[in-house]
Amino acid sequence: MITVVDYGLGNLGSVLNMFRKIGAEARLSEKPEDIDRATALVLPGVGHFDEGMRGLRERKLVEPLGIAVRERKVPMLGICLGMQLFARGSEEGREPGLGWIDADVKKLVFPEGDRRPIPHMGWNDVVATEHTLFRGLERGARFYFVHSYHVVCERAEDVAATCSYGIDVTAAVRHENLMGTQFHPEKSHRFGMKLLGNFVSSLSPEPASARA
Amino acid sequence: MIPILLLKDGGLVKTTKFASPKYVGDITNVVRIFNEKEVDELMVLDIEASAQRRPPNFELIRRIAGEAFMPLSYGGGVRSVGDAQRLLKLGVEKVALKTGAFERPSLVREISDAFGAQCVVGVVDVKKSFWGKYEVHSHTRDSAPEPSPVRWAERLVREGAGEILVQAVHRDGTMSGFDLDLLRMFDGKLSVPLIAAGGASDLQSMRAALGACRLSALGVGARFVYHGPHRAVLVSYLSAADLDSLQRVTR
Repeated sequence: MITVVDYGLGNLGSVLNMFRKIGAEARLSEKPEDIDRATALVLPGVGHFDEGMRGLRERKLVEPLGIAVRERKVPMLGICLGMQLFARGSEEGREPGLGWIDADVKKLVFPEGDRRPIPHMGWNDVVATEHTLFRGLERGARFYFVHSYHVVCERAEDVAATCSYGIDVTAAVRHENLMGTQFHPEKSHRFGMKLLGNFVSSLSPEPASARA
Repeated sequence: MIPILLLKDGGLVKTTKFASPKYVGDITNVVRIFNEKEVDELMVLDIEASAQRRPPNFELIRRIAGEAFMPLSYGGGVRSVGDAQRLLKLGVEKVALKTGAFERPSLVREISDAFGAQCVVGVVDVKKSFWGKYEVHSHTRDSAPEPSPVRWAERLVREGAGEILVQAVHRDGTMSGFDLDLLRMFDGKLSVPLIAAGGASDLQSMRAALGACRLSALGVGARFVYHGPHRAVLVSYLSAADLDSLQRVTR
């Protein structure tokens, strides 16, 4: 059972429906006790960084999430703002982030003279170097993005995928049991379904070891 | 290729020349069918919200957005930054403005400033008068401050629309081909992506539209919900090969 963390940001219907569509059991929860029992977590979210951190704090989810991720090593997928919250903080706000990866969230800034629009919104090609989430999607996959800030990782090996939007943008991160995508798999039809399917199959130990 | 779905009384309808709406099915079912067909973007327009002066049906939009595995644009009854904010929170990516901009063109600016021009689609519906003149069409009692379709579109862009949808009312639902004269008028005029709708039929008609004007996408209604000479309801989409052949035209 996948627990999708509901902390008051955005419509989580398409995330749940996409898991349902690929035959995975997922449920929404905003309760700390559900996080304590979760065996897989998804942290979605669309909105302001500070609003996201406050949403987690008000529901007393920060500590249980930290225990799940760091002590119990529960696999966790962050989507869009959810992934940004893994970082230490964001230029968008003043609240400290969860600080689970050595990264900061920065505003998209382009080279002098490049006046492309912000937010970065639309389908974009993604190049992946990671092979759990992106198995079969390493080349030629497109995903749907909507964001004005991006995650800048301190360690290159935490970057799982990039896309190009004036600059190299971190499209996905991977650090131990933490995975995150800046794009929206739940809005990226075939490609998103494949990626969530990969997340789901990484949870069951047997097929994963058979592939390794 | 963007399927354009019309809402009336909470159901999915298809119009002909913006009139005689026919019920064609349950909107969430149709969205699910488009999920299967790997549609890159979907547009939902509530055709009676503005005419009835009522706000968007947020509950229905919440359900539609929850079913859509692709980005979603919504138009109909959007009158304030608050309406737009609520839609974006519900999982809508872009807000389309038509009547709201007739009443108050600065609404486009306000929403664009608050959430980015990418979120704002300016809708320019065009009808061809008896004398063959193109005019901005209104389906409510409000009328466009500027009757010339190109000039009104330019104004919407100046106000902050990040995208323009031009719909030829006189071709709507007819599957008789796009109005190429109208599209030629728009060619090279706008600095933002342009979507053309009204009259889509076969691949040839789509190629012709892409040849008449630089377009970012084609909006398609009847062609994707009707099948055969008797207009039986059958939701369809283009094959990957056909889509690919059209994409080569745009490049």
